[in-house]
Amino acid sequence: MAYLDHAASTPMLPEAIAAVADAMARAGNASSLHAAGRRARRTVEESREAVAAALGARPSEVLFTGGGTESDNLAVKGLYWARRSPSRTRVLASAVEHHAVLDAVEWLVAHEGATVTWLEVDRLGRVHPEVLEAAMGPDVALVTVMWANNEVGTVQPVVALAEVAHRHGVPFHTDAVQAVGQLPVDFAASGVDAMTITGHKFGGPLGVGALLLGREVAVTPLLHGGGQERDVRSGTFDTPALAGLAAAATLATQRQPIVATNLAALRDDLVRRVLAAVPSAVYNGDPVHRLPGNAHFSFPGCEGDSLLLLLDARGVEVSTGSACSSGVARPSHVLVAMGQDEETARSSLRFSLGHSSTPADVDALLEVLPGAVERARRVPVR
Amino acid sequence: MKLLAALSGGVDSAVAAALAVEAGHEVTAVHLALSEAPEALRSGSRGCCSREDARDAARVADVLGIPFYVWDLAAQFREDVIDDFVAEYAAGRTPNPCLRCNEKVKFAAVLDRALALGFDAVVTGHHARLDNGVLSRSVDLQKDQSYVLAVLSPSQLAATVLPLGGITKDEVRRLARERGLGVADKADSHDICFIADGDTAGFLRTALGEQPGPVVDALSGAVVGHHDGAYGFTVGQRRGLKIDKQDGVPRYVLSIEPVSRTVTVGTQEALDVDTVRTGAPVWSSPRALPLACTVQLRAHGMVHDCTVTAMVTAGATAGATASGDGWELRLTDPARGVAPGQAAVLYDGDEVLGSATIREALLIG
Ligand SMILES: Cc1ncc(COP(=O)(O)O)c(C=O)c1O
Repeated sequence: MAYLDHAASTPMLPEAIAAVADAMARAGNASSLHAAGRRARRTVEESREAVAAALGARPSEVLFTGGGTESDNLAVKGLYWARRSPSRTRVLASAVEHHAVLDAVEWLVAHEGATVTWLEVDRLGRVHPEVLEAAMGPDVALVTVMWANNEVGTVQPVVALAEVAHRHGVPFHTDAVQAVGQLPVDFAASGVDAMTITGHKFGGPLGVGALLLGREVAVTPLLHGGGQERDVRSGTFDTPALAGLAAAATLATQRQPIVATNLAALRDDLVRRVLAAVPSAVYNGDPVHRLPGNAHFSFPGCEGDSLLLLLDARGVEVSTGSACSSGVARPSHVLVAMGQDEETARSSLRFSLGHSSTPADVDALLEVLPGAVERARRVPVR
Repeated sequence: MKLLAALSGGVDSAVAAALAVEAGHEVTAVHLALSEAPEALRSGSRGCCSREDARDAARVADVLGIPFYVWDLAAQFREDVIDDFVAEYAAGRTPNPCLRCNEKVKFAAVLDRALALGFDAVVTGHHARLDNGVLSRSVDLQKDQSYVLAVLSPSQLAATVLPLGGITKDEVRRLARERGLGVADKADSHDICFIADGDTAGFLRTALGEQPGPVVDALSGAVVGHHDGAYGFTVGQRRGLKIDKQDGVPRYVLSIEPVSRTVTVGTQEALDVDTVRTGAPVWSSPRALPLACTVQLRAHGMVHDCTVTAMVTAGATAGATASGDGWELRLTDPARGVAPGQAAVLYDGDEVLGSATIREALLIG
């Protein structure tokens, strides 16, 4: 078996599993006033401090959530509601956002009187600061551009983009879900106002994440209740999940430089060998500003779906990068935004490496890929 | 064998896949997404694709421990099945969309894809027997689906596995329960899957708009009423005719003429036909003509004794072989309410011989 889908979810670090199990063995609601509650609260607050330290934020800037999707929704809808006025209803978002941002924006347009300007990207998937500058105006409520793209791995010039937004006095959100553990991520140094992270992409548990939110930034809550998180997010703290999130954030950021170096070397080897074995393959995305674990290709004449099925049958697990909830593959909006036609977009596969990847995974892929490509070419295109 | 199982989310395809796995085949499952708006289709509809059906199909695959994928054939389904359905009604005929789906989607698009991907055959939950390429009726005559599979050619049948033909529906449910498949007691589907509320006339009205026209009595030639669209009628239909009081004898639809939108009605006896002419046939088990056998003229219909001869269709190119042209079927005893657009399926006992689309039906005497 070769797991080449770390961008979908990466295995938990043993230390994070131990931290979760430890905390699970102890009862307690962190809001209770007795000893058990205080013990839980200590775990929650130590986790908050650890996440803050790992990502260059202050503890008070860490709002725990139920993962990346919730953080993105809270940031997009919460910033919009907090800042909307009759003359300020426009949202600026990159055309290559994850659906957690994309669909939240579209929902605001459909139901909350928002308008949207999708920031176009170049062929490598990058948003240029000039494009953002040209789209700015007094009617803009917020800007959201992801740190790194989950499909093609392109890294955005987030610092420069945040500067543009701030020059116009507009808050800037970034979805950094794919960046943590692969790139150096420093909340304060980046200058962004809100940043989404999620545990299961860097060795922590599923279903837990955070929105890092500058202390002065106003956000209207999505979830009302006990007001546990700065009154912006309610719900009893999931103490074990937070302990796991903190352990993973600490280790993943500590190990990031060495992991990134190793992944980039392994990835470059994968890319070289894929292009040698399948000369018609097209390597997508930005060759320089790129997640070290990401390799994304189009295989002209094949459908990504067919390749995935054939590789899966041989124990190699990859992604087309664009499955929706029903499992029906649509041409990726990311690739279409980068200027690919629908047919090429449907011919794509993402190989993503992570902390547990080895050269044997790449060997396993190369053993079956050429045969799969040859067979997939014979499948009638829909 | 390497088999591709089409899982609809219903109990039949689930048990078919389970039996294929137990027989030692290497089985991969696909669910066909046939609707462009998945929530719009009613759950449990035949072979179709509500979200609930997709989830049920995925659950079956997971319980069986086999790979599962969704194949999006919505555009193809719209073109080959739904648009065809509407166009056939617009032309005054009565199509069978399940048959068309088998012919164009399940055993064409899906089968071609499967073979190209390296599978040996597709396995489905249809109730019909298929042994050594010979297609015949299910042992469960109530559930028999050989009529809608008769459009398959020998080469399609050669790459098809139908594990359920030898068992009854009750047994299928029992096998599902024994295997812990959650769909064991899921309701049977009856209606046309892409017409969510079962209102075929309403669906056609939306698709084709109102197309009012006259209702003419065959005997007197008089206009005896009006209709909002001839597509609301099928040969043999009585319900829904708003016509002037006649001589007390009920009237039935005898024929539909799409250009003048004329619906011709007459008495029940006038529905009798003894000759049926068809378009080009598909032989699942080729036979020489003329041929004495039985024929079924609609889904779940009766069988009639008949003699089949070759009929050279008007406009057929010179040199075309007789089998490439249509059939003329002489029925031993008259049949009632034979609708152009339905299939004429020939049987020898329980064995399917072939299928062709009915073009016209007449009483020659
Ligand atoms: C860029 C990006 N944003 C958001 C998400 C959603 O995060 P979660 O799965 O934690 O809801 C993901 C991954 O699924 C992602 O890759």
